[in-house]
Amino acid sequence: MIEIENVTHRIAGRTILSDVSLELEKGGIVALVGPNGAGKSTLLSLVARLLPLQSGGIQVDGLRIGVAADDVLARTLAILPQELNVASRLTVRDLVGFGRYPYHKGRPTSEDTALVAHALTLFDLDDLAERQLETLSGGQRQRAFVAMAYVQDTEYLLLDEPLNNLDIGTSRALMEQLRNLAETRNRTIVIVLHDINYAAAYADRIVALKAGQVVADGPPDQVVDDGLLRRVFGTDARVSLIDGRPVVLV
Amino acid sequence: MHVRLAGLAGLLILCCGAYLTLGARGDWSFVLAHRGQKLAALLLVGMSLSWATVIFQTITGNRILTPSIMGFDALYLLLQSLLVWSLGARVYNTLPAQGLMAVNVVMLCAASLVLFMLVLRAGRDDLMRMILTGVVLSVLFRSVTSYFQRVIDPNEYAVVQAVSFARFSGLETDLLIVAVVLSGGAMAAIWRIRHRLDVLPLGPVLSTSLGEPPKRAQWQVLILVSVLVAVSTALVGPVAFFGLLVTSLTYLVVPSPRHAHLLPAAALIAGIVLVGGQTAMERVLNLSTPLSVVVEFIGGLVFLFLLLRSLR
Repeated sequence: MIEIENVTHRIAGRTILSDVSLELEKGGIVALVGPNGAGKSTLLSLVARLLPLQSGGIQVDGLRIGVAADDVLARTLAILPQELNVASRLTVRDLVGFGRYPYHKGRPTSEDTALVAHALTLFDLDDLAERQLETLSGGQRQRAFVAMAYVQDTEYLLLDEPLNNLDIGTSRALMEQLRNLAETRNRTIVIVLHDINYAAAYADRIVALKAGQVVADGPPDQVVDDGLLRRVFGTDARVSLIDGRPVVLV
Repeated sequence: MHVRLAGLAGLLILCCGAYLTLGARGDWSFVLAHRGQKLAALLLVGMSLSWATVIFQTITGNRILTPSIMGFDALYLLLQSLLVWSLGARVYNTLPAQGLMAVNVVMLCAASLVLFMLVLRAGRDDLMRMILTGVVLSVLFRSVTSYFQRVIDPNEYAVVQAVSFARFSGLETDLLIVAVVLSGGAMAAIWRIRHRLDVLPLGPVLSTSLGEPPKRAQWQVLILVSVLVAVSTALVGPVAFFGLLVTSLTYLVVPSPRHAHLLPAAALIAGIVLVGGQTAMERVLNLSTPLSVVVEFIGGLVFLFLLLRSLR
């Protein structure tokens, strides 16, 4: 379980998050939505320990962020960055192999190598295994990074707007893979999304933020309606139910 | 990878053999002792600077900047000018070599840590801003240096000028031993963290995710870089573009993402460039031009080439 208690965060005098408390239970996909500047990415970065906590506390499976050892957290919580660029010339196999780093610290065992090979097959990367990352398309690169997070084998996976710059086919494929991870391996996935329709289609729970506060929280069919779009996003889009699922008509 | 490393090692041994034996006349034990000491200095400086540059480029996430380009050499010259100005050339020249080296190493370490932090903080992820900060600071140091050089007596200026260029001959053995101990310690520390260094190029988010927050490694690496560059600069003087030349060659010859490959390759290539270059200059071409001038010229061209290519 991820427990966020009374987290307040200010950047240069501006309040980004004000007294946010949230409990995210184990298993399933939680989507953080909200307008630009609502504090979604900041909240995710705080959980991911990419930003230092200013006040309040965050615990992941009882491990307190800012106190727990880095390598223990690395085996509990993985983060995928928004920008999928790396400075060194890595092959896909190298990159996926780094997912095992928290376990082997640079000296991979045969078990690690086998896990990486399994992940490459699972994510359909066998043909690309020896290709350099720079030579891959956006969707292929995305797959390689998800495969890396997969072999890191953590209970929790955080993603910050992974659908940016992806076309609809690649976006849906990625969300299917995440859905699969959540269902078959009971992983907990926290994901910042811009597109409410993706959140409604793939998430088990939607948390909406506005001006640094949680303004809506619950399963998609209870949270997403005309009122949410008006209150949170300040726009008059219609929401209609298709196959029992709320869809925003943009 | 291993074949390439073995090839480089072979080439380096060849260079060392040529350096020790080519054109030697007279008493072999004297020749070998004399040249052997110089050879040791060349190898030590080459290895220190190449490792310092590799790990500096790893934590800054670029392959253009080196500690020297960030203003380190200008800082060294400023310190020497200040020393000569405040003590006078006579005192400066009578300082025991060990004492001068100790003062230099300590001051350079402290000052360079401050310098690197300034540049890294100003730059963050912006390469061009880091280069600009480094260049501006270099110009500042150089202006202050030239001010003090104008203030001091011309005879004393000659002393400053003499230490402004790298020199590999006439080193004292005990200085060399001190340098070997200091640099050796720093290099052992680097070798111990080689696997952690592999993770850092993945960027701040992924390296944090994998349990290696870049902040912690950054400090350790900066301290090690300062020690290495300070020791080799205090030993032989400034060599600005040497590190860049060596790392560029390293990434070309051994295109591996792993420091377990990059570090030995960089050390071997540095040795080949310095020892091979020195042999060619001294024994084959019979030139009196110091090797550092040639290395600087080629290294400078490489820097310009990399910079222009990254702008495209």
